[in-house]
Amino acid sequence: MSNNLFTVIVLGFLLVCAIATCLNRNLLVSVVIFMAYSTLMSIVWMLLQSPDLAITEAAVGAGVTSILFFITLKKIHAIKTGGEEDEHEKP
Amino acid sequence: MKSLSSLRKRFEAWMLEDDSPLDAEIGRGLEAPVGDEARQWSADAFVHLETAAEDSRLALMEEEHRSYERLHAWYERRGAKLVNRVYRVMAVVVLLMVVFFLMSTVVALPPFGAADNPYNNEVSERYIEKGVEETGAVNFVAGMILDYRAFDTFGESTVLFVAACSVILLLKLGEHKPDEPPTPAMLEAEYDDRHHEPKNDAVLQLAARVLTPVILIFGVYVILNGHLSPGGGFSGGAIMGAGLMLYLNAFGFQKTERFFTYRTFRWATFLPLMTYAGLKSYSFFMGANHLQSGIPLGIPGEILSSGLILPLNICVGLIVTCTMYGFYTLFRKGGM
Repeated sequence: MSNNLFTVIVLGFLLVCAIATCLNRNLLVSVVIFMAYSTLMSIVWMLLQSPDLAITEAAVGAGVTSILFFITLKKIHAIKTGGEEDEHEKP
Repeated sequence: MKSLSSLRKRFEAWMLEDDSPLDAEIGRGLEAPVGDEARQWSADAFVHLETAAEDSRLALMEEEHRSYERLHAWYERRGAKLVNRVYRVMAVVVLLMVVFFLMSTVVALPPFGAADNPYNNEVSERYIEKGVEETGAVNFVAGMILDYRAFDTFGESTVLFVAACSVILLLKLGEHKPDEPPTPAMLEAEYDDRHHEPKNDAVLQLAARVLTPVILIFGVYVILNGHLSPGGGFSGGAIMGAGLMLYLNAFGFQKTERFFTYRTFRWATFLPLMTYAGLKSYSFFMGANHLQSGIPLGIPGEILSSGLILPLNICVGLIVTCTMYGFYTLFRKGGM
């Protein structure tokens, strides 16, 4: 019963994360929420008794993919880098 | 036969002789006399037609321009809002349809974990019963993907390799030779990297100093114990790649260049893939039967057991580590 309740809670958070990733206007926050989604997904894999997939999901989904997203956002200047550059760019 | 030879004769005659009947026919058409009157008339008609065509073309252009302007005005007045609204409504409708179809598919699926599900058939039964005996791997997933279906995993590794190749094609800035000055693009990338990335961040460096060895050793553990516990080449490689990224983020390219250059990347991706291909391509010649590798399987549960699975795990792990780390460096600076 407690296991069932836990599953339902995790799935609920998964749904919330998925919707929040789409609806968020700040791309950086979207990527962070996507990381949370991947972590929850790895817990779901664990609950479905596939630890191999859980490890891979945690490493690739929450780790590597998000880092690549961050770099891409930085390259297309979707993240404010802060500090001197912002002052420099102000007209 | 006779008609063919006569045809050939006629062709030869036409080719060689000047006064063939066909020649005369062609010539008559070209040399038909045209009177002055007819020529004049046709020129007049031509000019007339041309002016008419020009006029109609101008009128059409005018009309088009006016209609464009009307459309533009309408769009600015009301159309933008309308199009936007229609777009949103259509997006919601399409999304709802997709959700409906996906949900109806999920409802139609058999219940999770039921005993009489279609996937509980003789194939999985055979694998579960004979798997440990035939592959020697206690972690049955590893025995599945690296023994029974090792050829599929080879394809997956090749996909990663090709992805790395295309990222290199797109983002690599060219090789820096020691005796040549770097190109402007390289200098700009270097400056960009130094300018934007955090450097000498004490918190990050301390965390990286503590965490990187742990992460790397955990990755090695996951790879080497792929046939004994959950994990394997892919997940362990991803963990090791993430550890290398953390190290690079904290200490910069100068420190990582000491042990991981573009040359290392090339060889550490290419050699494992070739090893994998060599170890598993014999199944082409053995009638697609992967199972007999000739290596003793050992006692299931020991680290040196299960035949080829351990070396294959190491190969896949190296490929994945290099690919992940290579992606990161190429995305960040366009080089290593």
